[in-house]
Amino acid sequence: MPSLPDMTTPNVEALAADARAPRPDPAETVPELKPALFEGLCRLGDSTLVLGHRLSEWCGKGPALEEDIALANIALDLIGHTQMWLGLAAEVEEAGRSADDLAYLRDAMRFRNLLLVELPNGDMARTLMRQFLFDAWHHEMLERLTGSDSARVAEIAVKALKEVRYHLERSSDLVIRLGDGTAESHRRMAGALDMLWPYTGEMFAGDGTDAALAEAGIAPDPASLHEAWHGIVTEVLEEATLGVPEGRADVQKGGRQGRHTEHLGYLLAEMQFLQRAYPGAEW
Amino acid sequence: MTETLADTATVWGWLAEVPDPEIPVISVVDLGIVREVRHEGDTLVVAVTPTYSGCPAVDVIDLEIDAHLRRRGVAKLRLERRLSPPWTTDWLSAEGREKLRAYGIAPPVDGTAGSRVQARAARLSGQPAVTVACPRCGSRATEKVSQHGSTPCKAAYRCTACLEPFDYFKCI
Repeated sequence: MPSLPDMTTPNVEALAADARAPRPDPAETVPELKPALFEGLCRLGDSTLVLGHRLSEWCGKGPALEEDIALANIALDLIGHTQMWLGLAAEVEEAGRSADDLAYLRDAMRFRNLLLVELPNGDMARTLMRQFLFDAWHHEMLERLTGSDSARVAEIAVKALKEVRYHLERSSDLVIRLGDGTAESHRRMAGALDMLWPYTGEMFAGDGTDAALAEAGIAPDPASLHEAWHGIVTEVLEEATLGVPEGRADVQKGGRQGRHTEHLGYLLAEMQFLQRAYPGAEW
Repeated sequence: MTETLADTATVWGWLAEVPDPEIPVISVVDLGIVREVRHEGDTLVVAVTPTYSGCPAVDVIDLEIDAHLRRRGVAKLRLERRLSPPWTTDWLSAEGREKLRAYGIAPPVDGTAGSRVQARAARLSGQPAVTVACPRCGSRATEKVSQHGSTPCKAAYRCTACLEPFDYFKCI
């Protein structure tokens, strides 16, 4: 005999089947979303690519063997994320380009990374502070993307988040250890924070592309990540005896729209040299 | 002549003969990265998942699986890269864990993948979130040197009893 709700709800089995059915992936089914999705995927993949490249510049030059290895490992994770994001971007674009084509054959104005990640490494203080400010954002962003209505986006986020948890744990520890360290390490960390702070606001400044992706349930509105990011950053910076800077955080922006600092061109000149000089070279 | 397709159980047996290129004492099956073996018509499909997304061994693993199965007589073969559900150290077989330990790599302590809360608790208490036994002498008096070791999947530890450094296969 059917239970009471079954008797009062018409065709409950059809409703249940409907709820179980996989929702259509907007990444694959909504053609007018494709330009925004391509742009959004490039923003994610370009930031991990450029930061991964910056970290790889430390390879063989780290101040201690363990730090050298750690930075190379994190670079590797970020390049892995890039392959997934730009790989999906290339599929969405349907223009016959591959992830490698996007990485190696676009000019600076076509890159959509945050300005924060293209800044030169400076000393270890700047490298670690940049990493921490980025990791805290990256962690929140990926956590939100795990709930994306696009299954393709969500599965990449789930994979990447597992690795980024380790990145954030490490960079938080080091910011605290060095901020609350010697007079010299504190001075350098404080200097790095002051220098980088004006670049952090860009992570939360949305535009039309972000609005379209948020509307479609594919990615969060960047502004909605700020509170969680600020919470993590405040907790760690206070424990590090550095404190949160008072100056404006949204002074430097434009990278996500393709307006970059001069540093990106030099970085690409090195990263893209081989494919530019010997097109199609493989090994 | 019609060729007989190998049944999937046999293929799983063959895959268990393919060593991980970076830790050759365990097979790709021990590692838990082979997710499915099936036939599509006369094509054998093997789904493989990466451990870490940037693991440089991924292409070598595909190559070795391909070469080994072809040596075993598989004519039509396709390898599939599968992301979801993502690989977890829980998929390392019990046998694989023992082989790791015997090789000098401490196997993962389950369910200890880093969370922010755990990391913060460990920092505040001064106690490590995970106790890892030394794979050489068995002592639990060990300390983390670095979260990142010789490959993306390992952390660097040292034993304060026997003073040997060792790799820990970290949880993910």
